[in-house]
Amino acid sequence: MTALSKSWERAVVPLFILATWEVFSRSGFLPAALLPAPSVVLHTWGDWIFGFDETSQGNTGRWLADALSSATRVAAGYGIAVVSGVALGIAIGWWRWVERTVEPTLQMLRPVPPVSWIPLAIIWFGIANKPAIFLVFLGAFFPILMNTIHGVKTADRNLIRAASMMGATEQQLLRHVVFPAALPSIFAGLRIGIGAAWMLTVTAEMVAVKSGLGYVLWDSYYFLRYDLVLAAMASIGLLGYATDALIKVLMSAALHWQHGSTLQSREG
Amino acid sequence: MASIELRNITKIFRDAKRKRDLLAIDDVSLSVEKNEFLCLLGSSGCGKSTLLNMIAGFEKPTEGSVTVGGKAVDGPGADRGMVFQQANLMPWLPVWENVAFHLRLKGWRKADRRDAAQDYIDMVGLRGFENHFPAELSGGMSQRVGIARALLLNPQVILMDEPFAALDAQTKMDMQEELVAIWQKQRCTVVFVTHSVDEALVLGTRVAVMTSRPGRIRELIALDLPRPRDTTGPRFNDHKRHILNLIREEGLQQRQVAVA
Repeated sequence: MTALSKSWERAVVPLFILATWEVFSRSGFLPAALLPAPSVVLHTWGDWIFGFDETSQGNTGRWLADALSSATRVAAGYGIAVVSGVALGIAIGWWRWVERTVEPTLQMLRPVPPVSWIPLAIIWFGIANKPAIFLVFLGAFFPILMNTIHGVKTADRNLIRAASMMGATEQQLLRHVVFPAALPSIFAGLRIGIGAAWMLTVTAEMVAVKSGLGYVLWDSYYFLRYDLVLAAMASIGLLGYATDALIKVLMSAALHWQHGSTLQSREG
Repeated sequence: MASIELRNITKIFRDAKRKRDLLAIDDVSLSVEKNEFLCLLGSSGCGKSTLLNMIAGFEKPTEGSVTVGGKAVDGPGADRGMVFQQANLMPWLPVWENVAFHLRLKGWRKADRRDAAQDYIDMVGLRGFENHFPAELSGGMSQRVGIARALLLNPQVILMDEPFAALDAQTKMDMQEELVAIWQKQRCTVVFVTHSVDEALVLGTRVAVMTSRPGRIRELIALDLPRPRDTTGPRFNDHKRHILNLIREEGLQQRQVAVA
């Protein structure tokens, strides 16, 4: 199949939804302010980004700054979650005593919704970036942790035997066998984690900070600017999609050895 | 001096679920000389792999001692190369990195590892496949990588746990021939576990016929047949008949015990 017809395939569903939505909005079935047509949203979004006619009022031309402050929070919280989740996951998966001592506590914290930490996060960290970063961390940490543990525990024992036959120390086993063996699972966790990270940065921005895409979304809701709400939603969706695509690129580079042996490797 | 010494080895497996002990190996003593090619022959479950794993250091005897080159075995180590039934290659490393894995652990530079691996890749006939990944190799090729990896350790002893069991008949014959050639060239001691009488007779300088439950060595047979071995010759068949009779007797006794 050619590249062109492939990208056409990807566009069919979104284009169909947009077209139906445009027609529905223009039919006057609902007041235009409650469900702005895609063309209106696009116009407002354009002004938010480029600032040509101030349809987005105070937000005009400020999209990049908003997107950057959200992305910075995601990057910080996600970065901490990746390092701590992978390290702790390997420790829990490998050493039984770590599992026995640490895991019960973590499993009790896991079902607590990250959002319910907001009051405490604000008391601890104040109204600034820190509570938002903390929430992003909470959201991304557990999927990364759980998948890393799973990856370590399902590592092939025979590979560990083969490596110790070649004289590997425990530290070398972890670095040269267990970590690469767990990598496919770790990447699954990283992809779930990045989605959670975006969800939580928006939640945090609604309450704890005064900048970012989530803040604009909530602020516009107060002023009944549903076109801006939708533009903010679309922005978050696109950024989430882009970061996930970035992780997928990293993944296929790191897991190129799976080429031809898994279903995943069929993807172009 | 003997290369490998097994003295009065007994192994009892604790079956925690059924709360009983299983005597897997009962007072086995065996010494393997330097440059010998010893085949441990027995049916599945006779404890031959357990014995091999004890020499490798993956398992500890309940009683008795294992020494290799005069040193007591207390864990796996690079002085004993092992070739497994499944090749057990690191799927994320290309062929040459798998062969040179030991050097990676020793912190060698990439270029040096690559050079060192080449000799062994050539030795097992895999030139041209250096950059293939394990998922791209056939079963026989994977086993060749496993053998090259064990040879690169330059070990005193090579332990092989039914390495050709999963291969087709033709590939198996080729691999057996090559293994004998490598062994003759490298002058190392080989302990080879198999359940195939023919394989043991084609490869070994000695065959230890094992009986099962508990595992014991029934008879040690020295083979002075010329190589390459003629699998249809009368002396080969005399040995084969003798070993098959041993196995058959053993089977009869087991069944009588079971009935009584």
